[in-house]
Amino acid sequence: MSTVVREQHGLRTGTMAQALNLALRDAMHADKTVHVLGEDVGALGGVFRITDGLTAEFGSDRCLDTPLAEAGILGTAVGMAMYGLRPVVEMQFDAFAYPAMEQLFSHVAKMRNRTAGKLPLPITVRIPYGGGIGGVEHHSDASEAYYAHTPGLHVVTPGTVADAYGLLREAIASDDPVVFLEPKRLYWGKAEWDPAAAVAPIGKAVLRRPGTSAVLVTYGPSLPVCLEAAEAAKAEGWDLAVLDLRSLVPFDEATACEVVRSLGRAVVVHEAAGFGGAGAEIAARLTEKCFHHLAAPVLRVTGFDIPYPPPMLEHHHLPGVDRILDAVARLQWEE
Amino acid sequence: MTVLDHRNQPAEADTVPGWRPGATAPRTDPAPLLPDAEPHRVLGTPAADAADPELLRELYRRLVAGRRYNQQATTLTKQGRLAVYPASTGQEGCQVAAALALRPQDWLFPSYRDTLAVVARGVDPLQALTLLRGDAHTGYDPRATRTAPLCTPLATQVPHAVGLAHAARLAGDDTVALALLGDGGTSEGDFHEGLNFAAVLHAPVVFLVQNNGYAISVPLTRQSAAPTLAHKAVGYGMPGRLVDGNDALAVHQVLTEAVERARSGGGPTLVEALTYRIEAHTNADDATRYRQAEEVEAWQQHDPVRLLEDALRGRGLLDEQLVAGAAEQAEQLAARMRAEFHADPEPDPMSLFAHVYAEPTQQLREQADRLAAELAAEAEVQGR
Ligand SMILES: Cc1ncc(C[n+]2csc(CCOP(=O)(O)OP(=O)(O)O)c2C)c(N)n1
Repeated sequence: MSTVVREQHGLRTGTMAQALNLALRDAMHADKTVHVLGEDVGALGGVFRITDGLTAEFGSDRCLDTPLAEAGILGTAVGMAMYGLRPVVEMQFDAFAYPAMEQLFSHVAKMRNRTAGKLPLPITVRIPYGGGIGGVEHHSDASEAYYAHTPGLHVVTPGTVADAYGLLREAIASDDPVVFLEPKRLYWGKAEWDPAAAVAPIGKAVLRRPGTSAVLVTYGPSLPVCLEAAEAAKAEGWDLAVLDLRSLVPFDEATACEVVRSLGRAVVVHEAAGFGGAGAEIAARLTEKCFHHLAAPVLRVTGFDIPYPPPMLEHHHLPGVDRILDAVARLQWEE
Repeated sequence: MTVLDHRNQPAEADTVPGWRPGATAPRTDPAPLLPDAEPHRVLGTPAADAADPELLRELYRRLVAGRRYNQQATTLTKQGRLAVYPASTGQEGCQVAAALALRPQDWLFPSYRDTLAVVARGVDPLQALTLLRGDAHTGYDPRATRTAPLCTPLATQVPHAVGLAHAARLAGDDTVALALLGDGGTSEGDFHEGLNFAAVLHAPVVFLVQNNGYAISVPLTRQSAAPTLAHKAVGYGMPGRLVDGNDALAVHQVLTEAVERARSGGGPTLVEALTYRIEAHTNADDATRYRQAEEVEAWQQHDPVRLLEDALRGRGLLDEQLVAGAAEQAEQLAARMRAEFHADPEPDPMSLFAHVYAEPTQQLREQADRLAAELAAEAEVQGR
């Protein structure tokens, strides 16, 4: 990926990992205050190679291999941001971001508020997240609800290659902290995309597939699963829409409500545990706002309420096409 | 060349270990990093005679005002005017001397007990109290005053100071960051992570631990088994200094040296100041449950204000004018605190939504509208 040359921008075929790398590279070219830091982000290019070549191109001050300490990484980024830099922090894996939670919750999310707007923190925290790659324990958590529950953070997650590039550029340019959740099982999926083409901004949901029967509301790693389920549902005579939220905070209530009102049936899909999960919030909101348009309760298809299972069992945990289609069948709602 | 090439060694030094089988090169010698064997002291020693009289007077005026500030703030808690106040009575010497070791371009990263250091930085004494009064999280502009918000979670400000110092150095500025924390805070992970980052990044930052003997009720012996807290520096690869925290001149000297060392590219320093918390942890704490009166009395005999007075008197500098002037300034400050804290603050409820994000989300706008409507309805009822 270090061979990617910026000037070759134009329609291209590439993976999400490559798109993220290009987004970092372009952001660092565009703005000298953008600094990348994290564990192994230098010579190795990160364990997923998202930062590949950045140190070679921009130097070890701009792409910094740090000591192994997540609170230290994020806390140092806070001070850097206070002095005018735009740090982009890489957390190596989802569950290894937990040591940094205090910095995230107590300072990153609150500094603008604590200082009455005087110290906004333009920090992007990139976290490879979610399962489906056969990782052993602590490598597959889906923790979006923790972040989304914390006022002061933006929480975004791309489900497509084009969005990975576009959303990361926006996250880095944002004057507020953004938790940027990278669905690691989508890292290596290829697509044709154009970096120059604008994508919808942070906070805007996108209808990935129109439909007439019901809508699957989803984001990040579950997007391809929902698209696959919608395809399979055709055989059952169902024409499913798929709405990609892209951003949990801000939550695009207007678009979600519009789709749900027009169809009257919705299933929220994510792989994180269901209890207290993002889906609970979304389903509650859609019910409150669209009650009179609903022909059935808003249902949820989520992972089980269990610690992330060992890799040989994860396929039982992760919502798949069948589980989604079961829920769709229940939407006909005859008690 | 990057700022990380600070060891003046060939580039490959970064990529090879310091020792390998068969190597004859010496291991790193920890001796230069070891802290002072005894706490550094100046007041009461011949060295005090060389001190700048104006600095001594300035320290004295600020210590007297700081003592009065602590008393008045404690009284305000009893009157219910402050939600809580962690007094720094007995620690005025460290706080004032620390802030005075900084130049305007430097940054201070205080914790909740460090209001006097914040005031000595030039922050309005009443604005330094909004957090503890409860009307705002931070009453001052951190950027304008180069003073981070008073930090409540323990030690989390330590990596912030490191990051800011690192960024300043990258920018080519000669800014130094000073982080203040207590002895209990040195057990937190963020303290260790921050020190390690500082040493590895060679950041221009100074850490001042005010070891006042207790973390709420827990004595130092239950907090750390290290010979001194300054010894912790050695393992990270930075020098540790030990100083009598009630000797304001000694603290000022040690910190000035550490700050200059950082400013001139020498890297971070950890300073432990030995001091004592004369009052309870806060007004809500009962210190008699965990410490003896004799211990407090012993420290009262070693009071920072008295040590300074004795030194000034010894050099014939403690004249009527200085004493009266300092007392007058302190009383004026206390009177202002009483006057301005007499009224109930009226923070604007709508400010709740003002600084959550650069642009409020749709949900926040709706919630703000709801609160505005509630307030309007309330006002209407009261108007009738
Ligand atoms: C992370 C965290 N844990 C617990 C507390 C509650 N707490 C407030 S002050 C304190 C003791 C701190 O002692 P020390 O660091 O010695 O500072 P001192 O109060 O003596 O100045 C504790 C436990 C806190 N503020 N932050």
